[in-house]
Parts: sequence; C-alpha cells; structure tokens
Amino acid sequence: MNQAMPPEAEAPPAPRTAGTGALVEVRNLKMHFPVTEGAFITRVVAHVKAVDGISFDIRKGETLGLVGESGCGKTTAGRCILQLEKATEGEIWFDGNELNKLNKLQMRPIRQRIQVIFQDPYSSLNPRMKIGEIIAEPMMVHGIITDREARNRRVRELLGLCGLNPAFADRYPHEMSGGQRQRVGIARALAVNPEFIICDEAVSALDVSIQAQVINLLEDLREQFDLTYLFISHDLSVVHHLCHRVAVMYLGHIVELTTTDELFRNPMHPYTQALLEAVPIPDPTVEKGRAHKIIKGEIPSPINPPPGCVFHPRCPKAVEGCSRSFPDFREVKPGHWVACTEV
Amino acid sequence: MTKLLDIGDLKTQFFTSAGVVQAVDGITYDVAPGETVALVGESGCGKSVSAMSILRLIPDPPGKIVGGSIMFDGKDLLALSDTEMRAIRGRDIGMIFQEPMTSLNPVLTIERQLTETLEEHLHVTGEPARARARELLGLVGISEPERRLRQYPHHLSGGMRQRVMIAMALACEPKLIIADEPTTALDVTIQAQILELMKELTRKMGVAMIIITHNLGVVARYADRVNVMYAGRIIESGTAEQIYHNPKHPYTLALLRSVPRFDHIRGEKLQPVDGQPPDLTKLDQGCSFRPRCAFATEQCARARPALEPVEGGHVAACWVKETVGFAEAIA
Repeated sequence: MNQAMPPEAEAPPAPRTAGTGALVEVRNLKMHFPVTEGAFITRVVAHVKAVDGISFDIRKGETLGLVGESGCGKTTAGRCILQLEKATEGEIWFDGNELNKLNKLQMRPIRQRIQVIFQDPYSSLNPRMKIGEIIAEPMMVHGIITDREARNRRVRELLGLCGLNPAFADRYPHEMSGGQRQRVGIARALAVNPEFIICDEAVSALDVSIQAQVINLLEDLREQFDLTYLFISHDLSVVHHLCHRVAVMYLGHIVELTTTDELFRNPMHPYTQALLEAVPIPDPTVEKGRAHKIIKGEIPSPINPPPGCVFHPRCPKAVEGCSRSFPDFREVKPGHWVACTEV
Repeated sequence: MTKLLDIGDLKTQFFTSAGVVQAVDGITYDVAPGETVALVGESGCGKSVSAMSILRLIPDPPGKIVGGSIMFDGKDLLALSDTEMRAIRGRDIGMIFQEPMTSLNPVLTIERQLTETLEEHLHVTGEPARARARELLGLVGISEPERRLRQYPHHLSGGMRQRVMIAMALACEPKLIIADEPTTALDVTIQAQILELMKELTRKMGVAMIIITHNLGVVARYADRVNVMYAGRIIESGTAEQIYHNPKHPYTLALLRSVPRFDHIRGEKLQPVDGQPPDLTKLDQGCSFRPRCAFATEQCARARPALEPVEGGHVAACWVKETVGFAEAIA
C-alpha cells in the first residue's frame, strides 16, 4: 500500500528553516505573562502582553539592533530566543533548528552557540568566584577544554583579548570597575566560541569614555570571530553606531524595521520620528536648529494596551481607523518595513 | 550682572578607612540669576558631592567641607547655623534628585508632600495650601490634579513622580534649583518632556538652575554655561558653544570624541580615552588626567595646571591647551 503511493503524496520533509536562510529567524513571537490573584487559590486575572507577535531575521555576521523604551518587550524577546522564557506562541529558528520544539538535552549543544551579555556588570558576576573561575565555568559546563592547564591558558588568552590584564584571573569581581566587569562578561560569553551573542543593554551602565572602549571591543570581536549580534538597547546613538539594521519596538510590537542608515535618515513610523526627535545631540549648534517637537503622554500599560495600533493615543498622525485594528507590518519600500497605515 | 551663587575654592573630603577621598578639590564657579549652568563629568568626578556641599547635605562623618566659600544671594552658606540653613533649603534653593522613587515619601499622599513644604516655609495651611498644590500640579502638566493629590507615589509612573518633584522644588518659588541627574532614570521621550518642562518653567519664573549630568546631549540642548569636572576639579569651563566647538582640555576633547552621534556618518571609529579615572585617595601634585592623556608632557607630572583664560570667559586647566583641538586630533 505504501509502495503504491506516488512520490508526490509523501509528506514533504520538515522545513529546516522558516525559509530565509538567516541565522536567526523569529516568526510571530508572543510572550504573554499571566497576572494572578489570590494566595491559595490563584486565578489568572489578566495577561501582560510583553511581546505580542514580532517577526524578524538576523543574517550571519549581522548586528540587528532592537530599540525601544522600558517595558516595550525588547528584553523579553531576547530571553525568548535564549529559551529562558517559554514563548506563548510563535517560532524561533536558529541555524535550521526550531528552538522552542527542542528538549533540554537537544538544546544544550545549541546553547553553547548562543551567548548573552547582560546590562548590569555588578549583578551578573558571582561575587564569590574568582574572575578566572567565572570565565572557565562555561567551558567546563560544555566540556570544551577538559584539561585544567589548557583551560587556564585559554582564560588568560580571553582576558587579554578583552583588553584585561591576564593576572586579573586571580581577582574577585569587587576588585574591578564597572567597565572591567563588563569586559569579564564579554570574555565569559566568548569562552565557548559562540556564533551568536545577545547583548542586552551591554554598554548602558557604563560611563561615556568607558562605554566607547567596550563598543570598540564588541566591534573588533565581531570582525575577528565573525560574530552575529542581537543588540538590545534604549540608546539610539549607540545602536546607530553598532548596528547594520534596526527594529524599533513599542509596547510588544515592532513598529519599524530597516537598515540603520535608512532608519535614521528616513524614519517613517511616527513613534520612530518622536524617538529620534527626543534624543539630544551633543552639539549646541545642531540643537539650536532642531524643532524639539516632543510627543505627549506616557507609555500605556502592557496589561491593558490600547485597542488597534498601540501607539495611537500618543500619535500626532492618528486617524479614526487607528483605534480599530493593529496595522499590517508592510514593506513600504525594499527592505523598509513599517506598521502604520498613514505612511 | 550680580552673581546669585558664588563658589570659591570649595573643598569637600571624605575621611574613610582607605584614606582621605578628595571628592571636591578646590572648585570655583558662579551662577547668575536665571542662568542654567551644567556640571558634567563621569561617575566619581565629584559633581554630585559639589552640589550636596552647596546644600550642606554632606553626611558628616565621614564627609566634611574642609575649605572654601559658598556665597548665595549675599549670605555665606558655610557660616549659617543648621536652622538658618534649613530655612534656605527647599525655599530659596529647590532640589530635584535622580531617583523620583526614593526621594518622595512613600507613606504621604502627593497633596501632603506638596503642602508640607508650603507649611514649613511659607506658613500656608488648609485650603490655600491645597489650592496652591493643585495649581502646582497643573503647572507641571499633571492632568486631573484633584485625583492625583489623593494618590501615593507608588500610584504614579516614573515621569509623573519626577513632575511631582519639580512641583515640590518650585513650590516656594526658589531663586535656584539644583537638579542632580534629573532625567537619568527616565525613558527618552519622557526625558525630553521633563527637560522641556524644566526649561520652560525656569525661563518663565526666572529661576537659575544647576544641572548635574553625564549626558553630553542634555547639556548641549539646555545649558547656557558648562563646567567639565574630572577627579574633583573643574578642568574646563565656558559657554556650551566654546566647550563643544573649541575644547581646550584633552579630557573634554576625549569625552566629545567618545560619544556616538546619530547625526554623524556611520563607520567612524569611536576614540575612547584609555584607562580609568584615578583613585581620589591617591592624587599627587601633577595633573590628575596625565596618565590617560595623549598630550601629556613632563611638566604635567610636576605641577597641576590652574584654570587659565582661553578667550571670552572660556577657561581651561591644561599646560598644553594651545595645542589641544579637533584639528590636531585628526592629524
């Protein structure tokens, strides 16, 4: 019976990717956190729609920026890709593997290829471990270098690579400054030779002169090791400097996605325009020539987001239809995607 | 123009087990009525300590103002008794702090936070005080002031709390407001709203402002004059245009070249300052920026340069300031 079946009728092989050939593909990702009430008998009274249907690709060697203000869901999106949160809905593909379908054992070799650098260099390093142990730990976990001597050599090499004195391996985190700790965080991420690094506000806590050092380090490492970054940040100037393409998030949605040059030269979504207008430029003459059109209102709660387009209550261009349905994410011109009916 | 605030050679030190921290090491600047002056620098450069010194809010011990003078509106603040100082704080000098979460009292309603200041300083109570509180909330752009007055700080968003802080600072119509990183904890669009509000209100009411920040963009947008601080000292001072277009201290130049700007062409590499700021317990007789400075000479190790005029009120503390500038940086 089986043999009689024509080959066309066979189930097609499962797709190895979502179809674009990018290293990371995110499709219609949703992360809704339940809000519960009651101490003994808990019931779900609402959902925080932290991420509410976002899609994007990251090509190999590319740095994609994910920008937005607090509570827009940028960090949650990163945590979903890392599988630190189980997404409510949607697909996350990494190099042909659909991550949210894998079990812990299957996920393990992939976790080695995806690393993360956190914002706070104070709380992301274990205060009781020496710097050398902190950097060696991921290598031990993934069984990369089993020989202790070789591992110590590698730790020293990584410290040097990140611009730190190899003798720091014997120090504790509290003996280091914020900038140095962030370099340790980067060295730890690099320890397992990852392909893809999620930088979650990786330079936001640093002073300007130190921030510039770490930005340059991230750029150098990207070139040297052919890394791919997802750079999550609220700082548009840093994103402009580091990223090839940028996705702008607002209240769980991506409202605009395009190349960096296009986004900063020709922002189309009213929220992106407002965001760029709000960032002061460190030049008094440039500042005097700017219009300073500042949008009113505050960011609504993601528990009870506005109906339709989530930005419409603050939007200077809002029309009647905006409160009815969320606009399609359209490719307005090649490579420039906007979720707004009025552009 | 008379000076509203005149600080001369102010020194504030902290006596810790690790040694004497020279947090503010002889700073001199003044603020004219209605003027906005920025203190800019990185963490630990002494900008907040210098502002806290004006208010005499340095925790003692371990801190102490060990020298200098602070003349405010004809009075020597360092010579006042604690009671006299308390009458000035919140009345003639308003304060806005970075953390609107921790600077409001969580167990008092918004109304009480505002009327307390009015009672203490202006002896206004009851319905007139409530009316003034309502008026102040309206002034800082809070909608439905009647409802907000009954709420507690935790009911409000960060931006809203900062608006309440501004209302409190303005309550007694002060002559000077000291704003310490007023928008650092806020989102970009909210930051822009708050700064715009502060600018509008200070201009309208003729209030002078000292704004302390590490954000060079905020300084460029709002400050009339800029004092750049490094390791407890003012190393350069001038109008915003002088500082940004013609920096004469290598540190100012380095700061400006290490901020990414989205109005510039991409692909330029940032030029960060190497190294770390110095340990403030171990300053020597030389220039404290010397170990990180690309222009350092032997003279820099021997003695610390004083602030010397560049042109038209622009001063810089550098032995080789004639050779510092954007043109040399490119060559």
